Amino acid sequence: MVDNAIFLKDVSIGYDGTSVVSGLNMTLPQGASLALVGSNGSGKSTFLKTLAGLLPTIKGCIEVLGDKPGHKLLRMSYHGQFHPNSFLLPLRSIDVVRMARFPVRGLFRRLTKEDENIVQESLAYMHALELSEKPVNALSGGQIQRVFLSHTLARQADLLLLDEPTAGLDMNGADLFEKLIFRFKNEGKTLLVATHSIKEASQCDYVLLLASRVVAFGKPDQVLTPENLLETFGLVARFSGNELLIME
Amino acid sequence: MLNAMAAGTLVAIACGIVGTFMVLRGLAFLGDALAHGVLPGVASALLWGFPGFVGASISSLVMIAGISWVTKKSRLSADTAIGLLFVGMLALGVVIVSRSQSFSGDLVKVLFGQFLGISLFDLIIQGSVTLVLGLMAFVFRRPFLLLCFSEDQAQVSGYSAKFYHFLLLVMIAMTVIVSFQTVGTLLVFGMLLAPAAASSFLSRKLGTMMIIASGFGSFSVYAGLLLSYHFNLSAGGCVVLVAVGIFFIVFMLSKGFKKEHFNG
Repeated sequence: MVDNAIFLKDVSIGYDGTSVVSGLNMTLPQGASLALVGSNGSGKSTFLKTLAGLLPTIKGCIEVLGDKPGHKLLRMSYHGQFHPNSFLLPLRSIDVVRMARFPVRGLFRRLTKEDENIVQESLAYMHALELSEKPVNALSGGQIQRVFLSHTLARQADLLLLDEPTAGLDMNGADLFEKLIFRFKNEGKTLLVATHSIKEASQCDYVLLLASRVVAFGKPDQVLTPENLLETFGLVARFSGNELLIME
Repeated sequence: MLNAMAAGTLVAIACGIVGTFMVLRGLAFLGDALAHGVLPGVASALLWGFPGFVGASISSLVMIAGISWVTKKSRLSADTAIGLLFVGMLALGVVIVSRSQSFSGDLVKVLFGQFLGISLFDLIIQGSVTLVLGLMAFVFRRPFLLLCFSEDQAQVSGYSAKFYHFLLLVMIAMTVIVSFQTVGTLLVFGMLLAPAAASSFLSRKLGTMMIIASGFGSFSVYAGLLLSYHFNLSAGGCVVLVAVGIFFIVFMLSKGFKKEHFNG
């Protein structure tokens, strides 16, 4: 039997006691991928932060890897949205990626050869090896995103919570997304990813459409319908021949 | 003079260690506020005959608690909360000082330090606190680094962002408390900020940054004391002027180097 990675029953999520989305019910098996789709402010980031244990649950029962959110930290990796205006460290990129191994080694134990290999492999995967020695505050937004994604990969987690990982990338985001989905599926890892891209969402096993409430949840081909997307975004575009039709 | 050199070196080391974290975490304004906000505590302590560091400790705690409370409860940004507490405490200090007739001489010492009036007892206290700060920095370097990188990442790595942020504030406060006797409450911030900021241009590694910052700080102490001795100027003022001078020299050199680097 496959254990559940995520289990939610009658859950409300939000900030400062104010609910953003309520009535969340779902079960996500381990090894599955789920895309969270919705416009800005629809509750995608709040959802991921709540699962990561960064925000308290407002109501209901949440289990992440069979435990309360924020308890199975060593098996979880969280990639938050990157804000271009935020303060950036003058430290080397490789040291930022090394920080991903700190939880495994604790306060005192040295990083091992294995840790260093993981760090190198993660940087290489994100084509960021040539950025290793450069300080983070000297990188472009897209390069920073690649270094931060290397950090996320280097945690070697079973559950990945990624908030718009391909936003602002300086490489082909669609290719990377496909590569990541394929890799995580192969490794049996569970992926929850917030995205604006319907194309990315369609590659996941499940899709959750959010618009400050649950619009739909299920397999992509059942959920990504014009009606649902209209409800989620308030508009839908469709190509008819060479013409882009927008229905509001 | 020997005591002054030793005290200055200890200030430089404590400020080099803690100042580096302060710069990496972007807490300069908070450090400034903590350094200046100890004034009412120190003034009250002197007025009632307690050691200055007792008053400074109480003031720092009030500042830290106040800033956390205003930031949490009011939805104001942290710098507004810090600014409010900062001027409030400073004003309180001025009011307390104005109550006392014979205070102006002591006030100058509190504000600008008394490099040449450091006793052996002061040195022992300073040395012990510097050692404790060094140990704390070593033991908690990983949570602090994660916190400097991202509060969320510290939290999902199992290190409470709130707790380690608080611990960092306590370390800044400890540095201010043991250093203000030597360089004064107005100038201790210069020693926290300038050497650490200068070293952040020169190194990309935490440990090296701290060592360079402590080195710059120590050099500022020696050069500043020499200047003060030969030209009969304020010791604290000279020391911090040298430190800030070093920052600008390093800053300009690193800019020049980068330009050259990119052109050729």
